[in-house]
Amino acid sequence: MNDVKKYLREWAMPHVLCPGCAHGIVLRSFLEAVDQLQLAQDQVAMVAGIGCSSRLAGYADFCTLHGTHGRAPAFATGLKLARPELDVVVVTGDGDGLAIGGNHLIHAARRNIDITVLLLNNSIYGMTGGQVAPTSPEGTVASTTPSGNTEPPFDPCQLLLGAGASYVARVLAATPTEMTKVMADAILHPGFAFIEVVADCPEYFGRYNKAGGGAEMLTQLAGRDTGVAVQLADKRFVNHIPSSETAPGLQTGVLRRETRPVFSGVRGGGDHGA
Amino acid sequence: MAAGCTFFGGYPITPSSGIAEQMVRSLPGAGGVFVQMEDEIASLAAVIGASLAGSKAMTATSGPGFSLMQEHIGYAAMAEVPCVIVNVMRGGPSTGLPTSPSQGDVMQARWGTHGDHPAIVLAPSSVGEVYDLTVKAFNLAERFRTPVIVLYDEIVGHTRESVTLSPSVEVVDRVAPDAGLQNFLPKAAQANGVPPMSGFGDGYRFHVTGLAHDERGFPTEDAEVAGDLITRLHTKVEDHADEITDVETFMMDDADIAIFAIGIVGRSAREAVGQARAAGAKVGLIRPVTLWPFPSAEVAAVAEQVDTLIVAEMNLGQMIGEVERAAGQRTHIVSHLRADGEPITPSALLDVIESSSRSEEGS
Ligand code: SF4
Repeated sequence: MNDVKKYLREWAMPHVLCPGCAHGIVLRSFLEAVDQLQLAQDQVAMVAGIGCSSRLAGYADFCTLHGTHGRAPAFATGLKLARPELDVVVVTGDGDGLAIGGNHLIHAARRNIDITVLLLNNSIYGMTGGQVAPTSPEGTVASTTPSGNTEPPFDPCQLLLGAGASYVARVLAATPTEMTKVMADAILHPGFAFIEVVADCPEYFGRYNKAGGGAEMLTQLAGRDTGVAVQLADKRFVNHIPSSETAPGLQTGVLRRETRPVFSGVRGGGDHGA
Repeated sequence: MAAGCTFFGGYPITPSSGIAEQMVRSLPGAGGVFVQMEDEIASLAAVIGASLAGSKAMTATSGPGFSLMQEHIGYAAMAEVPCVIVNVMRGGPSTGLPTSPSQGDVMQARWGTHGDHPAIVLAPSSVGEVYDLTVKAFNLAERFRTPVIVLYDEIVGHTRESVTLSPSVEVVDRVAPDAGLQNFLPKAAQANGVPPMSGFGDGYRFHVTGLAHDERGFPTEDAEVAGDLITRLHTKVEDHADEITDVETFMMDDADIAIFAIGIVGRSAREAVGQARAAGAKVGLIRPVTLWPFPSAEVAAVAEQVDTLIVAEMNLGQMIGEVERAAGQRTHIVSHLRADGEPITPSALLDVIESSSRSEEGS
C-alpha cells in the first residue's frame, strides 16, 4: 500500500465520519488512484455537494470545493470549462447526486464533460439523520419510512447509462483494490466517467434495518451471502430480478466505456461544441 | 467583456435571453467560453466554478430564474466568489408577466437569499448605463469578492438606442495572495476586510465551502469565528458604502418637490421634471444608480430640503419603507405605485407633481 498521507489534511482531523463507515475506505482508494497516476496535487480539483460523502473533499489536500446540495456537477462544469487542465472529480452521494442533484448529474453525463463522478451509494441520507433515499430498496426502514419504503429505487448505473455517460462502472467499497483500479481508469477516461461505489451506512441504514455494523454490512454486500443488506439489495432496482436468478447478483466492474466527443463549451479555436 | 469577462453560463428566460444570445457570439472569438446550462441554479454554479478557476464570470436571468439563483447568490457571498448576475425584471410573482416591465425584485435583490449577507445592486436606466454599470459590477465583484447584481427592467432590456461607449474603461482585478504556499490562509482578510484570492490550479491548495468557516477556509461551529465571518462579510461592503454609492440628481438645487425613482421610472421622472419645470414648478429628481447599499445619507439630505418626496416605483411599495427610514420625519412622502405590467409614464408623474404642489399650497 502506498503512503497516501501526503494527500490528507491532517490538520483538519478528526473527521466527522462514524466508526465503521466505508467512506474512509473510499477516500483512501481515491488517494491511491491519484498516487498511482502521479497527478499533480495542485491540479486536482475535488468538487462535492452536501452529505457525508461530500465531506470527504475537506480532508483531501487538493483544490477542494464543498458546494451546495446536489449541484456539484454544475460547479465542476464551470471549473472544467474555465480550466480544462485541471483533473476534476466530483464526490457525491445517493441523496445529493440522485435526488436534489439528479438533473445536474444527467446533463453533465449527456454533455460528456471530462470529469469523474464518484457516487457513494449507501441507500440512505446519513448527514441529516437516516431519511429514505432514491436508492433505498423497497422495504428499507428509514426515519421517514418507519414501516418500510414503498417507493421503487433508482439503479444509478442504469440511469447514467441512459443519460449517455461515456464511462459507467460499479464498485464495492468492500473491494478496495478493485475500487482503486477502476477509479484510476475512470480518471484517465476522456469524457464523463461515472462510478457507483456501493457503500454502507452502519449508523442509520445498518441500525434501522438490523443489517449489522460496518464490517458485516460490507461483507454482506461484497460476498452476497445472506443478510438483511443483501435481501434489501435484491430489491434495489425498479425491475429487480431476485439474486437467485442472477448470479452473481450486483453487476460490478466497468459497464460501459466508449469514446465520444468531449464537451468543452462554446469557445474559439474550433473546439468541439463551438 | 470590456471588464474582462471570459465566462458566461446561462439558461434561457424572457426577457433576458438576448444577453446570452449576444454572449455566445462575442465570447468565443475573444478567448472566452459560453455554456447553456440545464437551469438557473446550475448556471450560477457554473459561473462560480469558473470564477474559482480564475475567470471573470457572469450570468443573466429574469424573475423566476432569479428566484432559483438565490441559493448560489448566498453561496457566492459566503464563499466570497466574485461574479455578476444580471436580472432583467419582469412582472411577477411566479411566471407573472413575462414580457412586461416591473421593479418587483428590488427587495429580492437585497434579501432574496437566506441569512445575513452583503448586497451590491446597481440599477441602470439606459443602454449606455447598462454598459457602464456592468463594467462597474465586475470591478466591485473583484474588489470585494462578492456577487454583484445588475438590476433593470424589461424596457431597458429591450431598448435600442445609440450609445457612446468609453474607449477605455478602468478594470479592477482580484488581489492575488503573496503568502508562500505553506503559509496561505485562503480566508485571512486584508485591512479592507477582503481576503486575497487564488484560483484553483494556481498552485495553492485550499478548501472552499458555504459552511461557516475559519481563516483556513475550513468549516467551524465556533460561535466567535462564525460571528466574525458573518460580520466581516457585511462590513467589507458597508464600510465602503460611500465608495460604492452613486446617485444621480437632476434639478435639485432649488427644488421643493423631489421624485425618488430608479431605472426606467427614473427616466420617466426626468422627463416629468423637465416638463413641470417648464410650467414653473420647482421639482427635482433623485435616482439611485447604486440601489444597495441604500443611499440613505443622500435621501436624508433631499428629505431635509424638500417639502414633498414622491416615491415612484413599479411595484406595490418595496422601496418606500427604505426611503421613509432614511427620510425620517423630515418631509412629506407621497407614494406612487404601479404593478400591472405597464410603465409609469411622465404624464402620470406630472399629475402627481401637480396634486402635490396643490396640497402644498393649501397647507
Ligand atoms: S451517517 Fe452513515 S454515511 Fe454518514 S458518516 Fe455515519 S455511517 Fe457514514
